[in-house]
Amino acid sequence: MFSHTRPVPAPALESKVTKTTLKSDQPTWCPGCGDFVVLGAFNRVLEKLQIPQHNLVTVAGIGCSSRLPYFVNTHGGHFIHGRALSFATGVSLGRDDLRVVVFGGDGDGFSIGGNHLDHTARKNINMTYVIMDNSVYGLTKKQTSPTSPVGFKSKTDPAGAFDPPVVPMRRLLGTGATFVARTHVAQLQHMTDMIERAMRHEGFAVLEVLTHCAEFFDTAFDSMNPRKGGRFDLIQEKKNDGTPEDANRHDVTDRDAAFKLASLPSPGVFGVYFEVKEPTKNQREAELMALQQERAKHADDLTLLQAAFNRVK
Amino acid sequence: MASAASTPTPSAPTNVAGAAARTVRDVVIRLAGNSQDGIQAIGGFLARLAGRSDQEVMTFMTIPATISGGPSIFQVRMGSGEILSPGDRADLLVAFYQHSYDAHRAQVRDGGVILYDSDHVKPDPQDARVRAVGVPITSTTIEATGGNAKEKGKNIFVLGLIARLFDLNVAKLKGIMEERFGKKAPDVLRNSLLTFDAGYAYDLGDELRSTFEFGPPRAPKSGDGRALVTMDGNQALVYGLITGGVRFGAAYPITPASSIMEDLRAGLSKYGGMYVQCEDELAAIAVALGFSYAGHVAVTNTSGPGMSLKMEALGWAVMAEMPLIIVNVQRGGPSTGLPTMVEQSDLLQAVCGTHGDAPRVVLAPATVGDCFYAAIEAAQLAREYSVPVIILSDQALATRIEAYPEPDLKKLYVKPNLELKPHSGDYLAYSLKEPTRHVPPGTPMLAGKYPIVTGLEHDESGHPNASPGNHQTMTIRRREKIKVLAAKLPVPEVYGDQEGDVLLIGWGSTFGQIREATNQLRAQGRKVGHLHIRHIHPLPHGLESIFARFRRIDVVEINDEGVYGFGQFTTLLRARYANPAIRSICKTDGLTFKVKEIVDGVARLDATP
Repeated sequence: MFSHTRPVPAPALESKVTKTTLKSDQPTWCPGCGDFVVLGAFNRVLEKLQIPQHNLVTVAGIGCSSRLPYFVNTHGGHFIHGRALSFATGVSLGRDDLRVVVFGGDGDGFSIGGNHLDHTARKNINMTYVIMDNSVYGLTKKQTSPTSPVGFKSKTDPAGAFDPPVVPMRRLLGTGATFVARTHVAQLQHMTDMIERAMRHEGFAVLEVLTHCAEFFDTAFDSMNPRKGGRFDLIQEKKNDGTPEDANRHDVTDRDAAFKLASLPSPGVFGVYFEVKEPTKNQREAELMALQQERAKHADDLTLLQAAFNRVK
Repeated sequence: MASAASTPTPSAPTNVAGAAARTVRDVVIRLAGNSQDGIQAIGGFLARLAGRSDQEVMTFMTIPATISGGPSIFQVRMGSGEILSPGDRADLLVAFYQHSYDAHRAQVRDGGVILYDSDHVKPDPQDARVRAVGVPITSTTIEATGGNAKEKGKNIFVLGLIARLFDLNVAKLKGIMEERFGKKAPDVLRNSLLTFDAGYAYDLGDELRSTFEFGPPRAPKSGDGRALVTMDGNQALVYGLITGGVRFGAAYPITPASSIMEDLRAGLSKYGGMYVQCEDELAAIAVALGFSYAGHVAVTNTSGPGMSLKMEALGWAVMAEMPLIIVNVQRGGPSTGLPTMVEQSDLLQAVCGTHGDAPRVVLAPATVGDCFYAAIEAAQLAREYSVPVIILSDQALATRIEAYPEPDLKKLYVKPNLELKPHSGDYLAYSLKEPTRHVPPGTPMLAGKYPIVTGLEHDESGHPNASPGNHQTMTIRRREKIKVLAAKLPVPEVYGDQEGDVLLIGWGSTFGQIREATNQLRAQGRKVGHLHIRHIHPLPHGLESIFARFRRIDVVEINDEGVYGFGQFTTLLRARYANPAIRSICKTDGLTFKVKEIVDGVARLDATP
């Protein structure tokens, strides 16, 4: 079956994916920025998964977090504000041999790119999307973001923000994404586990990472950080082990239950909210391609073109 | 593109009611009704028939922006001579309703014929300029289909009338109907054929008993016996893109560009490709750029308002030097404007639109056949120069049906190619010495460093770099490659007089009308040439010396003369050549130019030196 989405792969290379091979530019983030932790966790997952480095593509929009592709040694695209998911859609649908990971902030995901989040998720396009939410516009030096809490004082809301913020987990569940999870930069191991599970998911996996801005909103997620007096409560996933306590555990395939968790008051809970296996658009398109090629009796391009012109003679 | 030298096209015979069957060179038939009457369908049948009979054909259509209902026309000009435009005035008008009669009877030439539906239309008894013949189209159609009270099938009845009137090839026409209706329920085809026969058998009376007969077909333009193919401009673009090796793209529906995405969506999968319907125009260009980055030169298609939305991503494509094809099927603007009518008012947007200094390529196909070749060229230029290429089509070109010689597919076909060979040594995507070359993801980089494509200013390696001097160096680099491209463009040829009074310049869909106007002006003894420019940006070399041979250069374009008195292409040419002899013939009525309007425009400029 001929398909442009599955090109002849490059010959396999012997080299292992290590911390050294992944090393790229020195990050330009401010000292103390939570984004360093995300980069560290991502590198640990790449070392563990050993996906050939040349088949990795990191994509980002605009913002502090969106600089991440420069700091990890993969093929990558630094696209425009809000449209990283759409660009990544072309990469993913165009090439089944690639693994696409998108990084962006709360502005990209919940504000300027909100429409693309809905539709990329609904179409279940095969990619991993890490939203690095710091609840402030940091790169442009402290304006209100779509997730800034009511009362947050910024340069655009000097008297305190009063527009109700987006509730990320409810928003993400509402998009129809087939994998939705939440983690926090103060929990490196948990974050690493979540990134790994998201990357192992087949389909559109979205992960919200709470990552404070050291410069403009250092305290944003203290209430979820036990070291700063907050609570970091984990979702207990159903094990189907028949024990009485299992009845109270969360069924990750139950969307309504996931919405209930998403509606818990701050600080909420962390872990996998929702995970189901559904056909991806990548698969559906491949099936359509196969069906149409079979109907066309696997004719070559020139035969098909000539037939088209014969019909309009 | 119709390139063969042509002789001035004589008008159709002056008397339809001549005593004997006579040979005509070409005939203009205008069908006027409402949009749900299916007049586009029979117009399409006539166009296809003409193509199959080796006759030249060109159509012109207006459709209302409403979903169903509203006045609509379809004009077919067919004949055995070279057909350059859909024709200024009709030889035959078929009027389905009173409003059709009222609105269009002035468009019939002196001595022309109006066939009107006597169930709906009361003609003006005082009008002796034309011959009006009443046919109870509605009631006879209902009779023919066995009392079906719905007014469906009137179009097919009229097709029968026309077939009889012009002695068209009935067997071929029925064959076309079978292709169209054969896949539907069996009674659809049966009813259609019955209705057609009823129209064909209808007695038009003594006055119109004589029939037209087309002269023998000219030899096909290609000269090597290739058949004519019949399609509209959007279809020609689709086949050109596929022939040129484009297999991927994305779009959002917008009139009058949607049929491009519909055909690519339905057609590309069997070629192993994919066309994605996106949530909006912003996503569409971004998905297309994702495909291009992934190694498949991609296309996105739209119309003016959608083009505006794509502008930011166009800037990224210029900065990252990513190949991309953007088709803008222009309509009347600004804003929602005239979605189903024609205008050439997106030219400056195509050339200059988006932020920053952002050189790109703009092509404007001149005919339906040229849409096919422009698409192939756009794909080739996008690949070779790693640059976004905009194809400026328009509503008239998109919807009109023309016959053109079947292209030599074997010769033109470009096989899509995606190579993922390991890359050794240093990688400089944006080398100052070499053309831009991207390595698609999936390519192992043996030196160990993987590239990021970016919208940030960057150095030769693609690495972000805001240092003094670098932006200037790279801006010059992006500009210079367009100049290299310009130097390789063919110098367009002047048709008609090579020096003299007036050089008529056109771009895009106005080709045929300008060519006919040139013929008419020369027949009046004026020394007039016609230069049609396909490469809008960059401009080809050699235009200065052509301009210098004419006293005046009149640029014909369907847009406004603007605050300073010059149309958009005129403005560009004046800025480029600083030649005060360059003037404008502009209009913005949402319709294609009539030949007469161009001839009158030249006279107007004569009067205002």
